[in-house]
Formats: sequence, C-alpha cells, structure tokens
Amino acid sequence: MSFYTLLQQYPASDLKKRLYEISPEDIDRALSQQKLSVADFICLLSPKINNDQLETLAGIAHRITSQRFGRTIQLYAPLYLSNECHNGCKYCGFSADNHDLRRKTLNDDEILREGDHLHRQGFRHILLLTGEAPEAAGVDYLEHAVKLLSAKFSSLSIEVFPMSRDDYQRLEHVGIDGLALYQETYDQRLYPELHPFGPKSDFRYRLEAPERAGEAGLRRIGIGALLGLGDYLTDAFYTGLHARYLMHRFWRTQVSISFPRLRPAEGGFAPRSIVTDRQLTQLICALRLFLPDAGLILSTRESAELRDNLLPLGITQMSAGSCTAPGGYEGDEGDGEQFAISDHRSPEEIRVLLAERGYEAVWKDWDGAFLGQPE
Amino acid sequence: MDSLVIAGRHFNSRLMVGTGKFSSHSAMQSAMGASGCEIVTVALRRVDINNPGDNMLQHIDRERYLLLPNTSGARDAEEAVRLARLARAAGCEPWIKLEVTPDPYYLLPDPIETLKAAIILIKEGFNVLPYMPADPVLARRLEEAGTVTLMPLGAPIGTNRGLRTRDLIAIIIEQANIPVVVDAGLGAPSHAAEAMEMGADAVLVNTALADTANPTLMGEAFKKGVEAGRLAYLAGLGPQRVKAQASSPLTGFLREE
Repeated sequence: MSFYTLLQQYPASDLKKRLYEISPEDIDRALSQQKLSVADFICLLSPKINNDQLETLAGIAHRITSQRFGRTIQLYAPLYLSNECHNGCKYCGFSADNHDLRRKTLNDDEILREGDHLHRQGFRHILLLTGEAPEAAGVDYLEHAVKLLSAKFSSLSIEVFPMSRDDYQRLEHVGIDGLALYQETYDQRLYPELHPFGPKSDFRYRLEAPERAGEAGLRRIGIGALLGLGDYLTDAFYTGLHARYLMHRFWRTQVSISFPRLRPAEGGFAPRSIVTDRQLTQLICALRLFLPDAGLILSTRESAELRDNLLPLGITQMSAGSCTAPGGYEGDEGDGEQFAISDHRSPEEIRVLLAERGYEAVWKDWDGAFLGQPE
Repeated sequence: MDSLVIAGRHFNSRLMVGTGKFSSHSAMQSAMGASGCEIVTVALRRVDINNPGDNMLQHIDRERYLLLPNTSGARDAEEAVRLARLARAAGCEPWIKLEVTPDPYYLLPDPIETLKAAIILIKEGFNVLPYMPADPVLARRLEEAGTVTLMPLGAPIGTNRGLRTRDLIAIIIEQANIPVVVDAGLGAPSHAAEAMEMGADAVLVNTALADTANPTLMGEAFKKGVEAGRLAYLAGLGPQRVKAQASSPLTGFLREE
C-alpha cells in the first residue's frame, strides 16, 4: 500500500476535531505509554497540552534521545548547486516567478571550490541542492557533481526534485546515500494553490518519491513539512505517520524528519499560520516519543537561541554555517539565496557551543566504503 | 584476576568498551581509563581511518588499548568485508569486531550475513569477533568457521535492559570453546556481574558509560562489577534452593556421639 492510500484514511477535518477534543487525562495517559499508538501521538500533538505536561513530554523526549543517540549531534552543510527552477512555489526564493533572482548553476570549478570550502571547515557530510530544471541541473549533472565531490566527503545526500526509482538507483550507484524531500504540505486541497505550475504541482508524484527512493535502496530518507504553509498540526501528524510508514516498509533505511518553519513574510509570502516556539517544541518532542529511532534535524533557518534550547529535546542532526545561494561560500555575493538563515554562527562556533552544552559534534558518521566507493 | 586470552593474546581486563555516544572525547577517555579496559571498539564509519590526526583516534592510546575497529552500519556481508579490509589497509591490526546490522532501529545482527562475512574474513587472516544474536546454533557455526570469540547480545543495543537472553547465553557459554563476550544491552554493573557470574569470559559496554552524568565513575563501577562477577564465578556460586538452609546445621548435635 502506498502512503497516498494511508493518507486518505486520516481526513484532515476529523483529525482537527480530534486534536481539539483531547482531554488532559488523554494526554496524561499518552505520556505514560511505553510505545505510542497513532491515537497517543494525536494526544501529544494536541494544543490542549498544559505547561506541566509539556515539561514531562520534554523530559521523556530528552531521555529517549540521549539513550538512543548518545550525547552527540551530527553536523552537515548544504551545498547549493543551482537555483534554476521551473516551479512556481509561492513561498520559495527560487520560484520561476522571481525574476529578480540571479540564476546560477555551478560549473566544475565552482563545485570543487565550494566543496573545498566545506571540507576545510571540517564537514564530511554534505547535502547537495538544486531547484527543478533538468536541462541545467538534472540527473546527469548531479551524477557528475557527485563524482567530483565523492573523494572529499564520506556522505553525500541530495535535496533536489523528485525522480524515478531508476534515477535514484543511478545516483545511489555513484555514491549518494541519502535523500531529503519535503512534501511542504500534506493538505491536498492547499497544495495546488501553493504550487500552481511546474512539475512540482503533481502532489502524488512528490508524495511517493521517498517510496521510490526506498525501493532504490537509499540508506537515509528525510521528510518534512514546511510548517506554516497549511495547518501545522495536521501537517506534523501526517509527517509522523509518513515517517512511520517508511520505517516499516523500508526496514533497512534510516528515516529522519526536519522541521522547517516559515517565518513572518518570508520572501514576501505570508504564512497561513505562524508556528510558535512552544508549538515547535511540542511537536519535536511528540515526534520523538512516537518515533524513538527517527533522526530529527534542525537547520540554520531557526535562531541560534532556539536551536540551543531545542538541542537536548530530541535533535540528532544540525546544519551549521549554511549559505543557501549557489556559489555563496566562496566569493559569490550570495544574492541568489533560497531563504534567509537565522543562525549565522560558524561551524567552529557551533562545535564549541555543543561542547559547552555537553554534546560532541560528529563530523563523520558514514563511510563511502559502505556503498563500494573508493576502497 | 586470571587473564582473558583471545587469539593467543592475553588481557588483564575482562571489560571491553565502545566509544560511541560520549559527550566529548575527554569523557570517553576518562571512562575508558577508569574502567581499566584494554580493548576499545571504534566504529569505522565514525573515523577517518587513513588520517592519523583523526580526532577520535588521537584520543585512544594505541600502546595501552587494542583498537578493535567495528563494522557497525554494514547492511550485509559485502559491506562489512569492505570495511574490514579498509581498516587493515590503513594499518590497523587484523582484528575486527564484525557487526552486520541491516535494520537501523533495533540494530540487531543479521545471522546469515554475519556468518557469511566471518567466513570470508577468517580466510583473509582476520581475528573475527562477531556481534551475534544469542543463538547457540549460530554460535556453533561461527566457532566452527574460526571466529576468535562469540559476542551474543544481552538485549538490543543501547537498551540497558540487562540479560534478557540469559537462558540462551547460558547454553552458548556451556558449549563454547572460545571466549564468550556478552555485548549490548548491559545497563548496570550488576548486569555485567550477572553475566560474569554465569561464566561469560568478558562483557562489552558503551551506552551505560556514555549516557550517564558521570562516565568516569560508571567506568569504575563496571570494572568492579566485572571483577566481582568473575571472582564469584571462579569461587563457584552455591546452588539456589527454595528453602532456607542454615550455614551451621541445626541438628548437628544429634550426630555428635
């Protein structure tokens, strides 16, 4: 059964009603469970949670994370290869509608230069990003970029356009071990409004891309919703459900979840709702209890202060020192960025901060040798 | 205490330590020191094995500890073999802790792929220490293949649940002709002591040391737990009985004629 079919079994209207009908006793009961059911997960996401219950939830989330993942945070950096894009996503700086953006796709020298920059800073895990413009930065281009970079990095993942199972397999063969692909919103009625044109307007093709990647044998799959686009609570619920589905179906694949959050008037786009720090904290903790083994990722999109406070509550991976414009690390002005980041600290500053907080920064937690890369 | 012998090499300590999950390299180093361990295992995926300046490797004194690289993260025999070869090519001794754990959640060892990898690596001259399910038949097969230890799990990795597989480990210990090291799931020094009292030759711990406020103190606690358990095993535990039996017979006087 595809996740699309499972999604139909949880209509948003029912879900919203349930989330608001939860009683304090329901939340207490869910907090006392060893293993959470879907119904328990709904209880822990409920806006009815009080401060004491949230504190208890955070305590459990901290304990589970510390035991399962230890006192370590894995660091990675994004490398933007291209900002060319045919999609019209209303909230994204790369949107084809954005005629002011200087378009750029990195050539070989520029890819190597950006790679060298990140390598010098200590990164061994990087995430390659593009928009969706196959003639400029398609599968062939990605394959070539991976070959250029693989000697320097122990893990290369992609956050690009959804592709076929065969294409995922092709990239896996050259050394891509992970995929990040965010559904943005699981709300099928809202989705076409936000993605009015371009290949991304196909909700289902995007929704099922992680399944094709799982079938292709990718080792890590990251999903997420862009919180604030739609109703953040239902989107958070569907993200958890989606992650659990992928974990069950692809039992050899590590699934992780990201929590990108829209901020007020980002890029001129007014979010439907602003997710507060309290709400974000609650949903991260609720997901940790629902999926004790999932990787939970926080990006530099969030402020330094909030990232520091969320550290012990379930987060296992962080980006650091990020730039979201192609060529932005080395020399380029960085005026072609996708979104503005909030945490401007350098990777070294992040490492020191982690140490102060009692966490070891992990730069390398993978080896190309797993995939048969240079032996 | 009597020494532990693995592949002809003698060790004074019967406690092995894993290096993951620590809050800092110095916390790891301090826990290792306090535990008295002589064998430490490092995930190959975590280190840049070709780089002697690698941050973690720098913190492990190779004169004092046998660095036992492990293949954690390997999904099948082929990947594990590739990693083991990589370690040897980079100058590690041919000792390998074989871990083939295809599911990233419970991290349970795959018995089929583990045996397959063990056979290949033994042929290539490695001393293979396999992490394995507590399955006595698999233990026989691995020993037959030529592994130098058996490392059955007490409970899934990182769970701190203790000797959940106790009855099966007892059979493995009874049948084995090579050291049995209880690996994974031991969360307290009492768990380690229990494994040693049963006759396990050694134990391996990681999460219990890393996920505590004071890894150094916990390292020392495990050292003592392991030593106490070993001494009790050597002394011979008395049998368990349902009814009380006085240490001086109560009816002895009747027999004094």
